[in-house]
Amino acid sequence: MSTASPLVGVLAVQGDVREHLGVLKAVGARTLAVRRPEEIARVDALVIPGGESTTIDKLVRAFELQGPLRERLAAGMPAYGSCAGMILLADRVTDAARDQQTLGGLDITVRRNAFGRQIDSFEQDIWYAGWPEPLRAVFIRAPWVEEAGESVEVLARVSGGRAEGRIVAVRQGSLLATSFHPEVTGDVRVHAQFVEMVRMVS
Amino acid sequence: MSDTAPTTGTARVKRGMAEMLKGGVIMDVVTPAQAKIAEDAGAVAVMALERVPADIRAQGGVSRMSDPDMIDGIIDAVSIPVMAKARIGHFVEAQVLAALGVDYIDESEVLTPADYANHIDKWAFDVPFVCGATNLGEALRRITEGAAMIRSKGEAGTGDVSNATTHMRQIRGQINRLRSMSPDELYVAAKELQAPYDLVVEVAQAGKLPVVLFTAGGIATPADAAMMMQLGAEGVFVGSGIFKSGNPAERAAAIVKATTFHDDPDVIAKVSRGLGEAMVGINVDDIPQPHRLAERGW
Repeated sequence: MSTASPLVGVLAVQGDVREHLGVLKAVGARTLAVRRPEEIARVDALVIPGGESTTIDKLVRAFELQGPLRERLAAGMPAYGSCAGMILLADRVTDAARDQQTLGGLDITVRRNAFGRQIDSFEQDIWYAGWPEPLRAVFIRAPWVEEAGESVEVLARVSGGRAEGRIVAVRQGSLLATSFHPEVTGDVRVHAQFVEMVRMVS
Repeated sequence: MSDTAPTTGTARVKRGMAEMLKGGVIMDVVTPAQAKIAEDAGAVAVMALERVPADIRAQGGVSRMSDPDMIDGIIDAVSIPVMAKARIGHFVEAQVLAALGVDYIDESEVLTPADYANHIDKWAFDVPFVCGATNLGEALRRITEGAAMIRSKGEAGTGDVSNATTHMRQIRGQINRLRSMSPDELYVAAKELQAPYDLVVEVAQAGKLPVVLFTAGGIATPADAAMMMQLGAEGVFVGSGIFKSGNPAERAAAIVKATTFHDDPDVIAKVSRGLGEAMVGINVDDIPQPHRLAERGW
């Protein structure tokens, strides 16, 4: 399988699905927008996009995707979540909406809307583990990682400003998550890293 | 060189916020209780206002920005983004809404315009703006002024979706025509659209607006929302259609689901069952010309 291009799904119930599909294609993956259980079964890996995490959670449950997604994640399907996607992949959420649920998998506690309201949304260069050049990170009503378990690798923190030191990118096994939105900047490195992770396990 | 100082209010941050709302439904609410119903139904954001457009239409008078206490109450009630409306050209109402911490400002024709010549200079704000448009030229003029999101206007407060379809088809049709034009024809197109040439070229090349395009104005049923999505809307504003209906919670959830599965008639049929009465509505044709909200703004 390592020579074939993996089929990477993007959860397409709400959010910036098109941007993720575009970047994944640019880094050589085949893509599929995923809204149904049978589509979950087909993909080698899944991206959960930016969007409104409460809306995505409700639609995932309403269309009976939560069970199949949790099963695939528990069975080791690689997944990457940006912003709302990070919240969906987190085991624990603070400042959640009433009854908000996640898919889980990442041993982290995420704080929703951690940086503030939209007026506090910002972009900033950050240093990402192993990369010689900084990454321009766009944070939009973004979460941050409040606590990370021992097996979670911290890939990036905010450097400078009020949120100095906050964890904004993590990896645990085949799960990757960022508070920010690489899909809106034209920087393909995070998606390339994810697709490489998918190739390694498939 | 790296720039590790955080920068707020950039075009990417403002337009990006709207990108994250795509495929979602933004609902008009007038109380914190309604805002909670909207959030529980799966709204991606709420629009806080004092009266829904159907009541503005029925009651008449000058319609203005909402009471700050009421906006605070809604901000406190929900964790999803909160939008609010300022009058066209009323930059101080916009400054107040920004100070209250709203996440998006709608410079809206639903309120009584405050300036019949100028819209707000939206570049001057860190908070992003959404504006209505009935055609591509109007959309591009708003984007030139700094709008980070566009919604087709439709005719608010009617429950009549016909103007929403007209405006969405108009905008999409004009974009499609630009795509087939040669570079010399685009100069003339820019003149006719009364929009900057560079922006016209950008739209012609991308085949879409440089910002997200939602629909608004008259959407009352799951099928209305799904049709607008199939016509090219990237998301839906529902105003009076939810809380002027018989069963707001059920209808709101159904419109959210139909927006996601807008191309799947089986899902739309399923969610359309048992919703009770839709808002009564009025035909746009029955509204005298001076009372049509879509004709405010230019």
